[in-house]
Amino acid sequence: MTRASLPLKIAALGGLAFLHIPLLFILLYCFTTEERSYAFPPPGFTLKWFAVVWSRADIWAAIGLSLKVALVATLLALVFGTLAAGALARARFFGREPISLLFVLPIALPGIVTGIALRQAFGLMEIPFSFWTIVIGHATFCIVVVYNNAVARLRRLSPSLIEASMDLGADAFTTFRLVVLPNVGTALLAGGMLAFALSFDEVIVTTFTAGQQSTLPIWMLSELIRPRQRPVTNVVAVLVIIVTFLPILAAYYLTREGEAVAGSGK
Amino acid sequence: MSLATLDLPARPIGLRGRLSDLLVRRGGLLTLLLLLPPLLWLGLVYLGSLFVFLGQSIFSIDEFSGTIVREPTFATLIELFRPANYDIVLRTVAIATAVTVLCAIIAFPIAYYAARHAGPRAKAAFYLAVMMPLWSSYLVKVYGWKLLLAKEGAIGWFAGRLGLTGALEAWLALPVVGGPSLSVSYTGMVLTFTYLWLPFMILPVQAALERVPGSLIEAAGDLGASPAKVFRTVILPLALPGVVAGAIFTFSLTLGDYIVPQIIGTSALVLGQAVYTLQGTAGNIPLAAAFSLVPILVMAAFLAIARRTGAFDAM
Amino acid sequence: MHASPPPSATAVRFAGVARHFGRVRAVDGVDLSIAPGEFFAMLGPSGSGKTTCLRLIAGFEQPDAGHIEIFGETVEGLPPYRRAVNTVFQDYALFPHLSVGDNVAYGLKVRGVGRAEREKLAREALAMVKLAGMETRRPAQLSGGQRQRVALARALVVRPKVLLLDEPLGALDLKLREEMQAELKSLQRALGLTFVFVTHDQSEALSMADRVAVFNEGRIAQVGAPEEVYERPATAFVAHFVGSANVLSREQAAALGGRAVASSLRPERIAIGDFGAPIGEGIAPVEARVIDISYQGAVRRVSALSDFGMSVTVSVPADAGGRLSPGDVVRLLIPRAALQPMEGEG
Repeated sequence: MTRASLPLKIAALGGLAFLHIPLLFILLYCFTTEERSYAFPPPGFTLKWFAVVWSRADIWAAIGLSLKVALVATLLALVFGTLAAGALARARFFGREPISLLFVLPIALPGIVTGIALRQAFGLMEIPFSFWTIVIGHATFCIVVVYNNAVARLRRLSPSLIEASMDLGADAFTTFRLVVLPNVGTALLAGGMLAFALSFDEVIVTTFTAGQQSTLPIWMLSELIRPRQRPVTNVVAVLVIIVTFLPILAAYYLTREGEAVAGSGK
Repeated sequence: MSLATLDLPARPIGLRGRLSDLLVRRGGLLTLLLLLPPLLWLGLVYLGSLFVFLGQSIFSIDEFSGTIVREPTFATLIELFRPANYDIVLRTVAIATAVTVLCAIIAFPIAYYAARHAGPRAKAAFYLAVMMPLWSSYLVKVYGWKLLLAKEGAIGWFAGRLGLTGALEAWLALPVVGGPSLSVSYTGMVLTFTYLWLPFMILPVQAALERVPGSLIEAAGDLGASPAKVFRTVILPLALPGVVAGAIFTFSLTLGDYIVPQIIGTSALVLGQAVYTLQGTAGNIPLAAAFSLVPILVMAAFLAIARRTGAFDAM
Repeated sequence: MHASPPPSATAVRFAGVARHFGRVRAVDGVDLSIAPGEFFAMLGPSGSGKTTCLRLIAGFEQPDAGHIEIFGETVEGLPPYRRAVNTVFQDYALFPHLSVGDNVAYGLKVRGVGRAEREKLAREALAMVKLAGMETRRPAQLSGGQRQRVALARALVVRPKVLLLDEPLGALDLKLREEMQAELKSLQRALGLTFVFVTHDQSEALSMADRVAVFNEGRIAQVGAPEEVYERPATAFVAHFVGSANVLSREQAAALGGRAVASSLRPERIAIGDFGAPIGEGIAPVEARVIDISYQGAVRRVSALSDFGMSVTVSVPADAGGRLSPGDVVRLLIPRAALQPMEGEG
């Protein structure tokens, strides 16, 4: 490792600052007394917007819906993503490549295409918008997050561990419970957390599958287009940052530690 | 040395045992059973909807009644080449290109520092510092830029403090990139996109740079190449697959977005907005489908080129 | 006392067993019979089918054709967990999420043995492989040799009728390998178990096994006691692979006064004599030019080309070969009795 030159250091740290400074401004504007413009510097500071958010039923309803959707979509994604990873991690068969492409497609294609396509399908089958139409959209693009995490871990898992378990007398189900699950568990948990974060702040697909329902990002989008009490949006934005930050941080540590465990078998 | 005998009653093979036997003996059956539910979900729900929607690009819309005419025709696809529509495509591709180039320029020093100069702890910190904005809320990030770019916002204030108000106004007075304020200009839109997708560029570039052996750079230096020449002839070519991999993200994400232009941007439409209005208020699903094919086709072409540069190894 | 196998003439029997992977005939018509209590080695280069045969016994593979019996019981179609055999894996395959004690007790746990009982049995098994007191460690905290012993204890604690070992010593360094060879051998004798082990190292196979099967291209080239395989290789492949013997054509064998069939000739059976000295009974003298000499510690290997175009390798004591240099013309003394006709060759 060599020492970096000063311009390189400045450019690298400047780039990182660029990534984080806008988030700091959001935090700053939570406390401004100015509610009609984004005047900088804020004319004064207040804590009243937190109380306003606390008493707003529409925000709480949106948070509740977002949490419920994220939870159910994550559970579905966990089931489907794990199954897909189990099938594709090691098996070699004709058509394997196109199938793994299919699992990645929902995040590879623009969200607007996925959203409109689903909306069209719901319309065609005369399915009214509901909680479940949102969940279907979210689960579709959350599968890939779980799938990626699980596949990476399964590929690192030595296949002889499974053989050893069966060799010692465990059938397929016992082997899954006592050997496979403990070794991929943290990867699944991490994948689930990322899926949760992804679902919790998704707005594009949701726009097309929610109808009149308002998830938290939908609520925020309408505030961005037609701002009313601007600092209220800031407080909600900070809330969203916190709700997504924690699972992502947890996922990071889970996969790091998991690597150490899975790698020690060799 | 001895081992006590193990006397266990033989257990009968139940239904579960027989199922386990079947799955172990027929690995293909296990794969099929695992694959079936997710494949049905994505194949039916997702691919099915996708085909139904995109397939409508070969239908057309009746000008008078506004209803969809379900007869195969190329008319809708050809309509994309009408100047007004063609402009939308070109404008969007130009924005995506600008965003990609800016992302590459900002990402490179970060990726280079993290890959070649950071110790294990600093590397972990860098990784987290890039991952956090990557995964934090898209809308929140857009909102952050709306705050900064607003006429009365922080960028304008800092420009005033630094005596740069004149420069900012001169920039905004320029024909294409300018506008009444940063928050309603292409400059603002490109900045916001660059901010949004930057982490997607940093990670693959860093991965590519980490694969460049340090000995190669030292060897080039030993052979008398100046740092600038080493950078141009050794580091840049080796980092290129990473840049291309990052560009896949920055390009495709920009092509499909319609929310940023709606919140920060000019009144001229981009692709995503066009699709959005066509399917919504205009009710012209066939043309919306035709427009949706554009980013898909552009990306398919991009991917075909990227495959040749080895970009997929850097992802 | 140890698990006494039911009275059966053979521990493992293969009849016409074949296993194909796509077009590759990994195992191509193997007949085999391993006796109870035997230490049996499957020797061969990589891709020769020896490991697939081991996996066929364990149940990780199923044969495409043929018949497999373990102690008289037909096992085709039986999954690994219904077979009374256990495996020591090449990479040991210890469960990384379990302690050493829980690794060893795993087989007992899935068989429904109670906690106290299986902890006691696991302790005994670990003591047997000289790892007493290591129960609470994690596999990651052990050395390669210790992991190997844990793998051994884990397989033995469930009392297999046959223990399978896949390149068990491959990952260990030379010193440890010799130690483990002796230990495995004494363990096998003490338990009276049937051991089947796979290796590509001929000296390991010769020194440990009661009988050796030499594999080549999915078939067994020869089965026999180590001495038999070494002294009387059945094919040119066996002659080369086991102890790198010289392989002579029928003409060359005839020129030395032997039977006119392709034959093998061990390098150490050839001596280098003085030109003036009398030639003993049954010895063929051959004039040859030294091509190359390589020093190998105890011996020197001399490659030479005879006047009638026969190229041979000679192994001589190191001090005796010290005077030679390439280009020298020497007299090779070849005992006709050392010529081993190879029935397997046409």
